[in-house]
Amino acid sequence: MKNNKLAILTKGIIKENPVLVLLLGTCPTLATTSSVFNGLGMGVSAMAVLICSNIVISLLRNIIPDKVRIPCYIVVIAGFVTVVQMLLQAFVPSLYASLGLFIPLIVVNCIILGRAEMFASKNNVIDSALDGIGMGLGFTLALGCMGAVREFFGAGSLLGFNILGGHIEQMGIFNLAPGGFFVFAILIAGVYMITKDKSKLVREFGCSGFRTTEADRRAAEKAKKAEAAKAAKAKAEADKTAVESPKMNEREAVPTGAAELKSKAREGSVAQGNDPSEIGGAEVKAKGNNVIEDMTEGDGGQKPDADVKSEVREG
Amino acid sequence: MAEKITIVMSMVLVNNYVLAQFLGICPFLGVSKKLDSATGMGIAVIFVMVLATAATWPIMQVLNQFEIGYLQTVVFILIIAALVQLVEMMLKKFIPSLHKALGVYLPLITTNCAVLGVCISNIDAGYNYINSLLNAAGAGLGFLLAMVLFAGVRQKLETATGVPEAFKGVPITLITAAMLSMGFMGFSGLFQ
Repeated sequence: MKNNKLAILTKGIIKENPVLVLLLGTCPTLATTSSVFNGLGMGVSAMAVLICSNIVISLLRNIIPDKVRIPCYIVVIAGFVTVVQMLLQAFVPSLYASLGLFIPLIVVNCIILGRAEMFASKNNVIDSALDGIGMGLGFTLALGCMGAVREFFGAGSLLGFNILGGHIEQMGIFNLAPGGFFVFAILIAGVYMITKDKSKLVREFGCSGFRTTEADRRAAEKAKKAEAAKAAKAKAEADKTAVESPKMNEREAVPTGAAELKSKAREGSVAQGNDPSEIGGAEVKAKGNNVIEDMTEGDGGQKPDADVKSEVREG
Repeated sequence: MAEKITIVMSMVLVNNYVLAQFLGICPFLGVSKKLDSATGMGIAVIFVMVLATAATWPIMQVLNQFEIGYLQTVVFILIIAALVQLVEMMLKKFIPSLHKALGVYLPLITTNCAVLGVCISNIDAGYNYINSLLNAAGAGLGFLLAMVLFAGVRQKLETATGVPEAFKGVPITLITAAMLSMGFMGFSGLFQ
């Protein structure tokens, strides 16, 4: 039990570092790390919002209906971001001025929304808080590292203390936009070299970690259906001499199953959640498995047709 | 008139949203693998940005009227999320062809730095309504330009040899973005 809690806390720091491994929250990473102070300030603000929103969403997880969960999470997160914004404006006005636009943009930081959807909505309060602390620490650490590199090479100082003191010419490019991209690339490559096979590396960008786009979802559905159809065909060919019992019920069940899935997919594309389609996908696989067991050649021929039709509609 | 052109062109070239201001990085790096999806995404972004500005700018005036300006973040993000959801549903019902082209990207753009960023920066810059809309259109155009350029480079990168193992995939993409950003730095100081 204790090991589990410690694991939740530490996985966010290196193994599943939200910025360098999961590749979420790249906007503030690139924009606010021109100095260590800004980077750490941004990291701490985001961590505060992350912990608070994780706790609240975990407390409310059984009350929020599934269809409106994303707007609910956004409201909670936006509330905390407003609080943090006002606190920064009051107590650390220099940080508020230099972070500028990116403080309200913590609302749409993929890390916070992603952890809310993937973790806080499914775990209890203590675990969610620990996860928030872990991910927030990882985020802050990554931002601090980037800020340190960029500030050191770009301005020869660290946290405002002049270290190089003009002896070595500073590379101003690191303070500007290209330097951000460059240092980020080096850091990600570095982390990959350190954690070569020890972490599940997601080498794709985007917030697709927590919310698949429609294309991804449709592709996943298509893949599942194609897999089921292929398996069904193989099984049907293998059982060519299978008993041709009058399985009228199964034969009718296959088209209705496919139609049900299609209507579910249409519903799912209107609502923004991906749970209905996931359930649909699982259903198809289950139905496919059931049907495969007593499949005859006729049924095997019907499934590919449904596939072609759905492909045409989606293509 | 000159001022309006200046606003649009400066957003496209000098203050390019992706390459200079680091907003909208996630879709920029995530969707720019192929040229046609990059174009689709760029057009969807222009669409959403202009619509979101059109909706949020008047609301901000109302908020300021009642001196509850601190609710800006909450209200904006809710409006944008609801608006995009609504637009997607309406497109699906009334213009299915457009929905087929853009609809995939709309949920991805909703909770995105770029759209919220453009709405807030309009307020911060104190533009009037027309200038805000032009600002948003310019930002979207800049985004489209950056994405199309980047997609072209990335397609070449797919078949490149000699990329070190640790750099494969994401890091080499970022270094490419760095070079593109350096190129755009040449535009700074274009509009004084």
